[in-house]
Amino acid sequence: MALLRISSPHTQRAGHRTSWVMQMVILATVPGIAVQTWLFGWGNLINILIASIAALACEAAILSIRRRSVGFFLKDYSALLTAVLLGIALPPSVPWWVTVTAVSFAIIFAKQLYGGLGNNPFNPAMVGYAIVLVSFPVPMSQWVGVQSVVTSGDSLSFWQSLQAIFQTLPTIDGYTMATPLDGFKNKELVDSATAFNTIEALQTANLNAWLWVNIAYLLGGLALFWLRIITWHTPVALLGALLVMSGVFYLFDVSHAATPLFHITTGAAMFGAFFIATDPVSSCTSNRGKLIYGAGIGILIYIIRTWGGYPDGVAFAVLLMNFSAPLIDYYTQPRSYGHKKSKKGLKVGEEK
Amino acid sequence: MTTSSETDNIDAVEADKPSANYAEIIYNGIWKNNPALVQLLGLCPMLAVTSTVVNALGLGLATMVVLVGSNIAVSLIRNYVADAVRLPAFVMIIASFTTCIELIMQAYTYELYQILGIFIPLIVTNCAILGRADAFASRNPVIPSAVDGFMMAFGFGIILVALGAMRELIGQGTLFADMQLLFGDMAINWKWVVFEDYPNVLFVVLPPGAFIGLGLIIAFKNYLDEREKKRIAAQKELDGPSESKRVRVTGKIS
Repeated sequence: MALLRISSPHTQRAGHRTSWVMQMVILATVPGIAVQTWLFGWGNLINILIASIAALACEAAILSIRRRSVGFFLKDYSALLTAVLLGIALPPSVPWWVTVTAVSFAIIFAKQLYGGLGNNPFNPAMVGYAIVLVSFPVPMSQWVGVQSVVTSGDSLSFWQSLQAIFQTLPTIDGYTMATPLDGFKNKELVDSATAFNTIEALQTANLNAWLWVNIAYLLGGLALFWLRIITWHTPVALLGALLVMSGVFYLFDVSHAATPLFHITTGAAMFGAFFIATDPVSSCTSNRGKLIYGAGIGILIYIIRTWGGYPDGVAFAVLLMNFSAPLIDYYTQPRSYGHKKSKKGLKVGEEK
Repeated sequence: MTTSSETDNIDAVEADKPSANYAEIIYNGIWKNNPALVQLLGLCPMLAVTSTVVNALGLGLATMVVLVGSNIAVSLIRNYVADAVRLPAFVMIIASFTTCIELIMQAYTYELYQILGIFIPLIVTNCAILGRADAFASRNPVIPSAVDGFMMAFGFGIILVALGAMRELIGQGTLFADMQLLFGDMAINWKWVVFEDYPNVLFVVLPPGAFIGLGLIIAFKNYLDEREKKRIAAQKELDGPSESKRVRVTGKIS
């Protein structure tokens, strides 16, 4: 069993360099990216490419301003991972400047201004995502639909994706539609059964597409677990809390609430649980802390999805729990073997 | 609170000599002791209303009127108010001036008054104003107090306008929009659309953008200060040791 190493939590496993961990996480996103590309066209791949270039450029620029070794820090792949995660999270047809804004904000403000990898209190990818979500609500709310559901009856070709990203495709509205979560959120007072029959975003084909995306990210996440890059605590707690919350409220109001399965298989539930919430730098370090942290995210996701202003809430839930991660860590210090019970929290009037 | 004790010391010395050092007052107000960048006072209106140049300028001018007026009034009564009741007296004076400027804005720039809303009455609670009244005006004659009030408000206003311009430019892609709210019909064409077809960056328009903008301005000021310090140090080194060196007569001479 590996010892818990509190310092430098991004190098969790002895013997492996940071770059290996980052490379493996990037590789683990491949099934998800492949499914997204198959279902929604080339947009995500182009976004990832744009994001990667922007991320490496920003990282190199800031590193040289800070007089740090550019080559050493670029080779740890952390900027590339941030770019890949953002490229996946952003809608496939989003204009290129949205991607560039998100990535540069993530790298410059959320990561390098705090001191670089290992010092950032917030998940950089989610900071970038939240910034563009708050700033540009219109392009951020259009997601490419599945072939058989959208009005044009076709999915974007490679050339059309490029045109959409560089804003020269006038017929983009024919290819985009609301995501299932968006559609469900805006069903107004219609009860669930009618909503699933009438709203086009909630048709079976679209739901299945999202089911496939989530299964792919689940596979990638399990690979990370198998490689022991992540522990089971955060994803299990997150998904468990989301299941419990949605289950309880579904039982309360069967006709209007969505099923727990709907919450787990649409939107960014799996991606968030395995790839975002498990970020070793900005999440909790102790195992019990991870359980609390993951459960908090799960509960917040349900709250934001159901009563908040946005259809999906993974980014905001993760950022809010990043705030509280140091506090949770303080109260969940494990007891070292052979030592007295560890001190938890801070008592009033006590010297630190 | 090193800054306040520092100014207290300076002011205590200045109180003895009637001819205050105006250059120092000006330098303090605009740069060294800038209310917005160094004292970090009055942050609430600063972060809330600086979304455009016109809002920032309106609030800056209103603050200036109140600060100069209150500094003069406080300086006039400084020898007649008992120490125990001086703060209530200062607050009353500041509140009176704030009410004046509120009524004036209501009369002449009604739309701007509505846009700035609660932040005009809230000038009363701006610590920069009470701080200057207590730290400077209550110990100095009228003219230096007036200059100090003006310079402090000027330093505050410059940062407000800079932040407003930054946020308006990045947030909406324009500069000097709606200036007619402040300057009347002659300013109706002052709006300068810097970027055509610009998507509004809501994050910068909303208060979180002000925090980041202010942080960047403070960082830039610190950078300039640091560079100046280095330059002076380098200059000293270049000049070599000063001529009148004390001759060492004991121990080893290195």
